[in-house]
Amino acid sequence: MNAGDRILRVERLRVSYDHPLGPVRAVGEVSFALRPRERFGLAGESGSGKSTMALAILRMIKPPGRIDGGDVWLEDIPLSGLTDEAMRRLRLAGIAMVPQGSMNSLNPVARIREQIRDALADHGERLSRRAGELRARALLAQVGLPPEVADRYPHELSGGMKQRACIAIAICLRPKVIIADEPTSALDVVVQRQVMETLGRVQAELGAAVILIGHDMGLMAQFVDRLGIMYAGRLVEVAPIVDIITAPRHPYTRLLIESLPSLERKGELRGIPGLAPVLRELPPGCAFHPRCPMAQPRCGTERPAVREIGEDASVACHLA
Amino acid sequence: MTPLLELRGVSKHFAGGILGRDRKLALDRFSFAIDPALPGITAVVGESGSGKTTLARLLLGLIEPTEGEVRYRGRPLPGLSGSQRREFRREVQAIFQDPYEVYNPFYRVDHVLATPVRKFRLAATRADRRRLVEEALRAVGLRPEEILGRYPHQLSGGQRQRIMVARALLLRPRVIVADEPVSMVDASLRATILGSLRQLHEELGISILYITHDLATAYQVADTIIVLYRAAVAEAGDVELVVKAPQHPYTQLLIASVPRVGTARDWGTEERNPEAPSPAQGCNFADRCPVAIPRCSAAPPPLYRTDPRRAAACFRLSEQPVLLGEDIGQVLGPRPGAEPPVAAVLSA
Repeated sequence: MNAGDRILRVERLRVSYDHPLGPVRAVGEVSFALRPRERFGLAGESGSGKSTMALAILRMIKPPGRIDGGDVWLEDIPLSGLTDEAMRRLRLAGIAMVPQGSMNSLNPVARIREQIRDALADHGERLSRRAGELRARALLAQVGLPPEVADRYPHELSGGMKQRACIAIAICLRPKVIIADEPTSALDVVVQRQVMETLGRVQAELGAAVILIGHDMGLMAQFVDRLGIMYAGRLVEVAPIVDIITAPRHPYTRLLIESLPSLERKGELRGIPGLAPVLRELPPGCAFHPRCPMAQPRCGTERPAVREIGEDASVACHLA
Repeated sequence: MTPLLELRGVSKHFAGGILGRDRKLALDRFSFAIDPALPGITAVVGESGSGKTTLARLLLGLIEPTEGEVRYRGRPLPGLSGSQRREFRREVQAIFQDPYEVYNPFYRVDHVLATPVRKFRLAATRADRRRLVEEALRAVGLRPEEILGRYPHQLSGGQRQRIMVARALLLRPRVIVADEPVSMVDASLRATILGSLRQLHEELGISILYITHDLATAYQVADTIIVLYRAAVAEAGDVELVVKAPQHPYTQLLIASVPRVGTARDWGTEERNPEAPSPAQGCNFADRCPVAIPRCSAAPPPLYRTDPRRAAACFRLSEQPVLLGEDIGQVLGPRPGAEPPVAAVLSA
């Protein structure tokens, strides 16, 4: 893969959490790369390491967690080489995050205007009152919010408006990569569509790449260009979204798609049998084999390596 | 037959603002009945703030209506005697959204299962109690040996939510009010939990009110559906009719907003009508409605019965008869010719 045309590269990233019974690997050797303007999805069950991965990209893993291997490159900058201060400046300016449950990530006692101004000031942009006002209005307009929202406190806004305010803050320094961690999981479908539309439009205007984290395969199908599937801390499949939907290679991917209830056809509600594994007691071989309807003896002993399939896809399965 | 549980013209206002001067209408003249002889699964869908949870809390007797009456077996809830109230508490069970908040973290999960058995004297001995609890856990696909003796934090969200279903099941209820029971669990587990609810209905004849903002699961689980918009019923009826051919513009918007798994990027956008009238006096949806007409801002539309099994509140359907008494129960009955579940036949 030619590194030159990638905006973000995650290379063999590993994250562990210290536990009294020994370290627990939450993210194991995950690699992927984003093209400029690409919309990349990360899907998987809770506990699969999606959110940990987002935090690790931003170097925001807190003890007892730690990044214990690999690196993240933003264009030609290896993030592991940055000082804490340089990393702090790069967050928001280079890679910005729209956090999970971002409705609760706004400061409840500050008006939206102050929160935008604080974000800018933290990154060295001290604006005059008038310039700050204009900037706040422009940002709010960009996410489709009326200017008077600047005067509001978070509790005065609806869920969808709060989420857009979070997007406005995330884009205030024109980041190259936006990580959106389940940005619409608390919203109803009508508002979800509006918020995702806003995110998509803003991303196109900035020319930024987006990592969308979530577990709704319908949302992924409608929004991302390429999708990575995480299971037990590993990226088990990556492929362009159309390929994932029409011909998933990993049995887990197929089950994940099938478990989405359809609005077209009333049939059996199908879950994925078994439970997500406890990371501390990962089964030997392929972590998915105890739940896999196609498992072979080999799957229980030998861990499948990640195999590249062309430039844009990979899979980690003995049978694929 | 006397309905098991009934809302008659129920409205609920909440006081808001300083000194409660801003009254907020959470549910507007809502009537609905659950017939014990015809158990069904009814989904209640709508956006946040549409009144879904208010409806659940009214049915469970957790809040009192501002107007109208909630009746259990024909008797208004406030007038129930002690023993009737106990019976109500047993027959009408709740499953809530957050499988984290309903547990006391200091007790093992056994506590939440054993308490109702003891309170309602369902078992004569400890061994009986244990057996009942284990049966209920198995019925929802859990292995008792992996669950009993553990603390809530040692179990996953999906396990905790299934224990809540098992708990509801222990009491042999006639009605389960499930308020967003799967919105906090993974897609892969959602199907399993909803499958257990559906199974309870089919095998034990339990009526289920499934409250959700997820249309796809509502479609899969329910026989009938009620779409709420800003405290009022927009559309109600057979889930096949409502989901496949929605008639109210809000239902149409809702269904078009669901992101589909497919190769077509057909998500679309919400069309707005720049000349949409204000909903102050009229239809709640008028200000967002792409097809609103002047009439929509004059008065709220009644429910028009467009099919024996469907009604929708939209003036564009005004050539159809008005649903009598606004009783949506009339369009929520079982499909003609549908076999009632075996248990219902046995208990009838």
